Amino acid sequence: MSLPKPVMRGLLAKRLRFHLPIAFTLSIVAALMFKYSVTEPRKKAYADFYKQYDSVKEYNRMREAGIFESVRPSGE
Amino acid sequence: MLATRALSLVGKRAISTSVCLRGGHGVAKVEQYTLPVYFDRRENPLPDICYVQTLSPEQKSLKEKEKGSWAALSNEEKIALYRISFKQSFAEMNKGSSEWKSVIGGMLFFIGLTGLVVFWQRKYVYGPVPHTFDPEYKAKELQRMLDMRINPVEGFSANWDYENKQWKK
Repeated sequence: MSLPKPVMRGLLAKRLRFHLPIAFTLSIVAALMFKYSVTEPRKKAYADFYKQYDSVKEYNRMREAGIFESVRPSGE
Repeated sequence: MLATRALSLVGKRAISTSVCLRGGHGVAKVEQYTLPVYFDRRENPLPDICYVQTLSPEQKSLKEKEKGSWAALSNEEKIALYRISFKQSFAEMNKGSSEWKSVIGGMLFFIGLTGLVVFWQRKYVYGPVPHTFDPEYKAKELQRMLDMRINPVEGFSANWDYENKQWKK
């Protein structure tokens, strides 16, 4: 009936010492992964799209398709 | 307000004598549910009362022996004293059970039942969908979205090949 006395103090500090570095590294890794797999490709996609974008040509295409109400296709 | 003022005038002694005059019927009967109860809880380790309220003669003699030196108690006597004060040990009360299996099973069963009810409702209660769900109408909607260049960079129209008039491979 003589068990060793269990640890009574410093339990939170011990847990934090172990878990906090892991938590911080995992969060930073998650953020970096998101940045380089999602945001950088997205920025590149937008840059490439607008490099070759002729807005007047697109406008005329949309006008001929008949989607605008203020200006009808040139045939009418 | 008036009652408290009247009480302070009459005085506390007069109230108790009036109770005695009524032959003790002024005292309410103590209900069982108003007394402290025993409970086994991890968060509250020390319950309000001991588990065993009426001790048998051996338990009474054990309690007498407890008043002396505890080193004189054997291990079985110590455990017997523990069991007088407490019903379950921490290990017993914290032990897990298999109840979660029934809970999950019941949940899935009722979710399935609800699915059947919803399916029957869709078939026999709801009326027909609007004409805007017809395939021809949907095709016109799709063509209009492509004409408007919906999400041309990464989304909808980006996947359409405008030269060959088909979806990009």
